Amino acid sequence: MTLQTVLLVAAALFSVGLYGAISQQVVVMVMMGLELMLNAVVLAAGGFWWFLSPAPDGQVLLLVVITAMTVEMAMGFAVATLLHRTRNEDMTDMATDLAQ
Amino acid sequence: MLDDVVFWVLAVVAVAAGVAVFRVDSMARATYALAVSFVAVGLVLLLFDLQFLGVITVLMMVMEMAIMAIYMIMFMGMNPALMPMSMVHAKRPSLAVAVVTFVVLASGAVLIPWPSRRGAPASDLTVSLGQALMGSKMLVMMTVSAVLFATIIGALVLAVPRGRYDRLGDDLRGRVDADQPDGAGQ
Amino acid sequence: MSELASSPTSTAGIDVVQTSAAWAPLAAVLLLATASAAASLDGGLAARAEGRSLRSGMSAPWAETARLFRQRRRTTLAADVLLWRVGGASLLVLALLKVAVVPFGRWTLGDLSVGVVWFNAMDVAVWAAVWLAGWGPNSASSLVGGYRFLALALAYELPLMFALTAPAVGAGSLRVGDVVAAQHDLWFVVWMPVAFGVFCAGVVGFSVWGPLSSPLGPDLGGGVLAELSGIDRWLVLAGRWALLTAGSAFGVTLFWGGGAGPALPPELWLLLKTGLLLAALVLVQRRLPTLRPPRVVRAAWLVVLPLVLLQLLVVSVVVVGRG
Repeated sequence: MTLQTVLLVAAALFSVGLYGAISQQVVVMVMMGLELMLNAVVLAAGGFWWFLSPAPDGQVLLLVVITAMTVEMAMGFAVATLLHRTRNEDMTDMATDLAQ
Repeated sequence: MLDDVVFWVLAVVAVAAGVAVFRVDSMARATYALAVSFVAVGLVLLLFDLQFLGVITVLMMVMEMAIMAIYMIMFMGMNPALMPMSMVHAKRPSLAVAVVTFVVLASGAVLIPWPSRRGAPASDLTVSLGQALMGSKMLVMMTVSAVLFATIIGALVLAVPRGRYDRLGDDLRGRVDADQPDGAGQ
Repeated sequence: MSELASSPTSTAGIDVVQTSAAWAPLAAVLLLATASAAASLDGGLAARAEGRSLRSGMSAPWAETARLFRQRRRTTLAADVLLWRVGGASLLVLALLKVAVVPFGRWTLGDLSVGVVWFNAMDVAVWAAVWLAGWGPNSASSLVGGYRFLALALAYELPLMFALTAPAVGAGSLRVGDVVAAQHDLWFVVWMPVAFGVFCAGVVGFSVWGPLSSPLGPDLGGGVLAELSGIDRWLVLAGRWALLTAGSAFGVTLFWGGGAGPALPPELWLLLKTGLLLAALVLVQRRLPTLRPPRVVRAAWLVVLPLVLLQLLVVSVVVVGRG
């Protein structure tokens, strides 16, 4: 376990997440890709912290990344809910128009 | 030695679970594969002596994925297991982008001459994190709290269909039936 | 270079020593034995309420165990067998992982410096386990049960987290051994009664028990349990009892001074107190109705959460005042 290996694993996680974030069509799956990328960032930050400079400041950075993940999730779910609801309403409206 | 074995097992699990997220055809499996990937990374953090952050990562991500599974099932609108269809677009270019990214990042990781370690970890990292957050890095804590609070409000404003003012009237004097589906949030 | 659990560095009072993982089976046996005693007690109480003999009720859990061990598995169409089995079997494992940080006298399996957070992480993992057990069989009533559990979990988890924070603040440490040592003079239950009550409610919640057992409700034909049979059903039922027991053991450790007590050795005191709290939970639960999730959510967020935050404020003020 060296810094290089940790970063390699993080790079692999990041690339897989990037693939998902670009290629997926459903909003929630795109979010899963983003989460996987942030997961890689957490791992890489932990590796940098441990192998380069194990001072308290690095831990604070990790905490900020984890917070960013939760914020991303919460806002993502909220926007997805809003989109879902308005789109459904639109579709229902269209159906009503057809009936008239 | 043992650390190395544990690290490699966790690394393989993390990456394999990450790949599984976009390979499996079940929404529940995809979500929980991501959860497994997160748990593996959280346990790797324990190897770096980051006990608090490692356990917190496991805690938060399992919680998040349990909720995520609900959204997955709600928004996918159909069951890919029953109706096999491709849910991806631009598969080839995205694969190429991902591979290029990996090559760039990996060569950077291997080729950059990383400096040697400066300083040693504190004897109790949880205490030192707490002191950093409540001392020199207090501003970070304050910013994070404000951001989280704003997130709660923003997410609720976006997601809630009918607030209590819609149900109870402007003066909140109306009556609400606790047994109605949206009676819980009055 | 590093180890998953650091060496004993307890600051005050008793030193908690980490034992080798080879003792884990003993911990599992103790956990299951206590859990089965509680199950027998519950069976006996149920039998007496129905006018049957106490003895027939006490042996009911054992008879059920024997029946389930011999029963063949029932399968459902298009079940997600992997997730179903994982979800069902995790409850028992999670209960064991919870007691791993509880000091048994001077001994503990995992002397984590963040033991309290560890316990919390394990009880969040119960969310995943119960939901997966509901999702797995591809059955509507099971899935509704899984969803109900998540709704309840959103209600009980946040108050539970703050209830766990109170003893940690009181002791100034997240290490379970330090929390026990900090209760040398005064048990935390005396000046953190609200946190203790909320903690017990949380234990009831993650064990899917009593008032919070609607995910397994008879109105859903058993909910999460609806399609479970044979050894899988036993694992879930035993897992719930084990979770209730692990929760009691942790509650005793955080609030009732752990193994502290006169004359008897601390190991025995811990078992006695755990049994007492467990019996109290079983007795009280039998008298409470099952609550619908929306009502629980409202009560938890509007009443319990502010109360437990106030409790935390009081604890913090006391800690600061003591200097």
